[in-house]
Amino acid sequence: MSDLASLEQRALGELHACLDEAALRAWNTKYFGDKGEVQLALKGVGKLPPDQRRAYGQQANRVKVALEQAYEETLAKEKQRALERSLTADALDVTLPGRPVPRGRLHASTQTLRLIYGIFADMGFQIYRSREVEDDRTNFELLNMPPHHPARDMWDTFHTTTPGVLLRTHTSPGQIHVMREQAPRPIRVILPGMCYRYEAITPRSEIMFHQVEGLVIGEKVTMADLKGTVQAFARRLFGEGRQVRIRSSYFPFTEPSIEVDVDWPKDDPNADRLTKGTGWLEIMGAGMVHPVVLRNGGYDPAKFSGFAFGMGPERITMLRHAIDDIRLFWANDLRFLRQF
Amino acid sequence: MKVPLNWLRDYVDLSGIAVPQLVERLTLAGLEVAAVRSVGLPVPEGVRAKASEAGPVWAPEKVVVGRVVKVEKHPNADKLKLVTADYGAGEPKVVVTGAPNVSIGDSGYKVILGLTGTVYWDGHVSPKKLSELKPTKLRGVPSDSMVMSEFELGISEEHEGVIVLGEDEAPAPGTAAADFMGDFVIEIDVLPNMARCLSMIGVAREVAALFGRQLTLPPHTMQAGGPSIEGQVRVEIEDPKLSARYAAALLRGGSVKPAPAWMRQRLTYAGMRPISNLVDVTNYVMLEWGQPLHAFDYDKLVARAGGKAPTITVRPARAGEVMTTLDNVKRELTTDNLVIADGAGPVAIAGVMGGADTEVSAATQNILLESANFHFVSVRRTMKELNLPSEASARFSKGIHPEMVKPAAERAAELMRMHGGATICKGLVDCYPAPLPPQTIALTMAEVRRQLGMDFPIAEATRILRALQFTVEAAGSETLRVTTPPHRIDIQAGSADLIEELARVHGYDRLPATLLADQLPEQHTNRPLEFEERLRDILVNCGLQEVITYALTEPERDAPVGLGEGKYVELLNPISSERRAMRHSVLGGVLEVAIANLRHTDEVRLFEIGSVYLGKEGQKLPDEPRRLALLLTGRSQPEFWGDGAGVTVKSLDFFDIKGVVEALAGELHLAGVTYHTASAAYLHPGRSAYLVIDRSVERSAEQLVINRAVVGAFGQLHPRYADKLGLGGRLVLAGEFDLDAVLAALPPRCPYSPVPRFPPALRDVAVIVDEGVPAERIAAEIRTAGGDLLRDVRLFDLYRGESIPPGKKSLAYALTYQAEDRTLTDNEVDRAHKKIEDRLRQVLQAMIRGKE
Repeated sequence: MSDLASLEQRALGELHACLDEAALRAWNTKYFGDKGEVQLALKGVGKLPPDQRRAYGQQANRVKVALEQAYEETLAKEKQRALERSLTADALDVTLPGRPVPRGRLHASTQTLRLIYGIFADMGFQIYRSREVEDDRTNFELLNMPPHHPARDMWDTFHTTTPGVLLRTHTSPGQIHVMREQAPRPIRVILPGMCYRYEAITPRSEIMFHQVEGLVIGEKVTMADLKGTVQAFARRLFGEGRQVRIRSSYFPFTEPSIEVDVDWPKDDPNADRLTKGTGWLEIMGAGMVHPVVLRNGGYDPAKFSGFAFGMGPERITMLRHAIDDIRLFWANDLRFLRQF
Repeated sequence: MKVPLNWLRDYVDLSGIAVPQLVERLTLAGLEVAAVRSVGLPVPEGVRAKASEAGPVWAPEKVVVGRVVKVEKHPNADKLKLVTADYGAGEPKVVVTGAPNVSIGDSGYKVILGLTGTVYWDGHVSPKKLSELKPTKLRGVPSDSMVMSEFELGISEEHEGVIVLGEDEAPAPGTAAADFMGDFVIEIDVLPNMARCLSMIGVAREVAALFGRQLTLPPHTMQAGGPSIEGQVRVEIEDPKLSARYAAALLRGGSVKPAPAWMRQRLTYAGMRPISNLVDVTNYVMLEWGQPLHAFDYDKLVARAGGKAPTITVRPARAGEVMTTLDNVKRELTTDNLVIADGAGPVAIAGVMGGADTEVSAATQNILLESANFHFVSVRRTMKELNLPSEASARFSKGIHPEMVKPAAERAAELMRMHGGATICKGLVDCYPAPLPPQTIALTMAEVRRQLGMDFPIAEATRILRALQFTVEAAGSETLRVTTPPHRIDIQAGSADLIEELARVHGYDRLPATLLADQLPEQHTNRPLEFEERLRDILVNCGLQEVITYALTEPERDAPVGLGEGKYVELLNPISSERRAMRHSVLGGVLEVAIANLRHTDEVRLFEIGSVYLGKEGQKLPDEPRRLALLLTGRSQPEFWGDGAGVTVKSLDFFDIKGVVEALAGELHLAGVTYHTASAAYLHPGRSAYLVIDRSVERSAEQLVINRAVVGAFGQLHPRYADKLGLGGRLVLAGEFDLDAVLAALPPRCPYSPVPRFPPALRDVAVIVDEGVPAERIAAEIRTAGGDLLRDVRLFDLYRGESIPPGKKSLAYALTYQAEDRTLTDNEVDRAHKKIEDRLRQVLQAMIRGKE
């Protein structure tokens, strides 16, 4: 019996002397392995005289359980300590830069176009695209601008060497295409695309730019609907609290014609420069589709009415990010494009 | 249109209307006020004015009227004079001036004196700057004031002389200049349909309607004291379509001198330079009524007619006819130019410029005054052709109502009588062969509601239209009969035009905002657009930056990379030769962007999706297919500190661009994609590939016909071409793809295949084949032989060198065998694998490594 007591004493002493997990495992093998001392002690029961067996067995079991328990506890403590040690020792300087991932981005114009698509899609507008090299008839005449119409001065035009063929100056010829395709069904589309103007390339003017035109035609479409639609659009794009102001304007293909302004947040440090001190920014031209254009598109103006609007995604991008030079868009400097 | 407000007040009462309020209402009603210029007065609160244009403010106690008492010689300087002027307080001031229009011995007229402290434009420095007047000594004579010029006061650029006003032309000495010369000038951008507002009366009419005030037109009755004009001049119009009306007045015995100060001042503020009474009157009336006028020297016309009464004919010029215009340029005319001619030839280009021969000069006494209407298209063409824009041609070319002819002629004749000392001959010669009839439009309130979406009170509609001088009669409780006034030629769309008038004068701010209640149209997908947006997302996910480049290029730069056949769409009026044609390739622009960016970065991964423009024989408009261009160059991994110094930087190579192409094909679930050695001139012949898609599989009788399409080429830029672009020595990967072809190849559906439930069996096979055997061929043979059990083939090693015979290469593939319904037995896998090895030996004469 005293062997068991001294075994227990010795084992516990060694257990407490273990410095790490490996030593603990070795201790475990020494006492609880196949030929471990505790195992041997338990097997030793058989060699005792029968009258001593019961007491010895009980005592041996008690020692076994006590040692096992002590081992589990010590091991758990050691694991906890080791974890704590490693958590301290393996700490990184988290302020070091991360491993860069090659990142791609959409062009700033595409990002704005997608915003516009999304907002109008929510209002049931579908997207319709049409050609960029157009004939004079579709770009001007069918839009109520006969040759030499004074309004043609509003668009400086690139003409091609083929007479009567030009680069579209606006997306409005798309109105004619979509109307002739759809008449007399109702229409609710946006027409995005590239347009061209014969202009000097300066910080404020480009020879090529996107436009997004909108066209709605139906039997109950009103100017109030136009106002509601552009107001909804402006608030989605520029912020819930934005005010929309409508000014009378002129386009040959709409009657009445309007320009739409939004008020600009006064807390934007660029507000004054952007709005030239007025607090308002022009975001689109619009109006009720001119009866002549409706007729040219195959709709009876006595029965149908419609509205159209047009805006410039580059201009909108410039407003949103206070960009002051439109030439940045097609220069495609990565130091510019990576900011969006 | 520059509108001095003090002039505008002649026609409409502006009292109680603050400048910002006026600006706001005009802007909202379609007369956008681009700027407000302040002359001598402080800029009103709430008005934006460009700071650079803000001139000096005339302090009322410092900038005052002075009466010249005497002008003496400066004791010490020949060019300087001493002006003694009474300025209404204390002793008259003695002021030194060098002004050439002040002469020794002068007295009795008035000037504007600037006393100490006056802020003025100093023109002795460049750029001019605002200075404050300080007492000084000029050549020994003390001077604490100045006789001011228009330039110094910020009125005009005129600095040759000081402002000189007649005794009756200015108030008493000491009066603040700001009180009678200070003004605000609003600058309006007049839109083409508002051309009637290129006149003071036109703007006044709008203001009257917007603010509910009375419009007062100036008188235009002539006090004709001379004999009848009959017999003294004849007028003929050859084609009333080109000239609807031509009226002439005749004035005799006039004399040329400066116009009165008030008229000169108004013209100056409105942006025109005063010249002399006769010319100034024509300009004044043009600005007032919007009707340009022209004055001929009548005696010169008579002389040209051999002493007889001249006959004025409005007609197209005859081919080759020549005329010297007022600017002393001899101009050859064509039949497109409308001219005013007499028996001896043209005397003016209608609406554009007068002739030098019959010009009014300082000696002119008898004036033939022309007030006429010319067709806007004719004036416009001639003005552009001769490049002679002017205030007059700008007005004619936008269209003027012929009714303006008569009041303008009468008003101008009367002003010439009053300020030119002329006697007016009775009557006008007024040739108006086909008067433009007024239009009458029935405007129903139902139509107003249908267009505007609001109930518009009929009383308000009546008020607005009447204020704009339409004649309005009620025709039932819901309809108005509206007749256009004799100044409107823009009412062409019937009620739509009238509804615009109602909406803009009533105010769009009072229009309700509603959401579309109309039927939602049938919804369709836009496949090409959705496809392109998807493509953009895939490429962005592959780490590429989207760019958008000019569609305008030059064929020399574009052609080497152009995939397209056909003609270039070339511009008639390019801005430069580098941008004179529409591109055949998208890649050309992307290459330029890459080159530009490589100046500041060493890694570029770009893509662009856009159109190319291919002219086709027998087709007026080009095809505009959509393309994708890819470009990669530079280091394959971004720099990272953890990689350590001295690590060799791997460059992007062919397999990087191919990886992008494969990612695209994979993400789009394209079937039947193969790659073939390409022979595009701009690409490295050994390091470029065609992407080929088996576009459609058609069943003809019993055999499968596979319709293969080359969808694009990609690879390493040909070293020679790279050199030419200045990219020599750089590995540049580029490619361009026909998106219409890719779209056509998109599978209609992409069915799911079940996730395997049974374990795979993995086997490798390494084959030694001839160099010339493409890897894709080996993989294809493996797939063919592997049949249904072979799930995946992956190349994991390509090896040449030791233990491989020359001219051969070794490729090692990892093969995955798997069945959907059971765990494969070794036996099954062995049989399948052997079949593959046999086929490779048989078809490709391959040696299977480790088995021969």
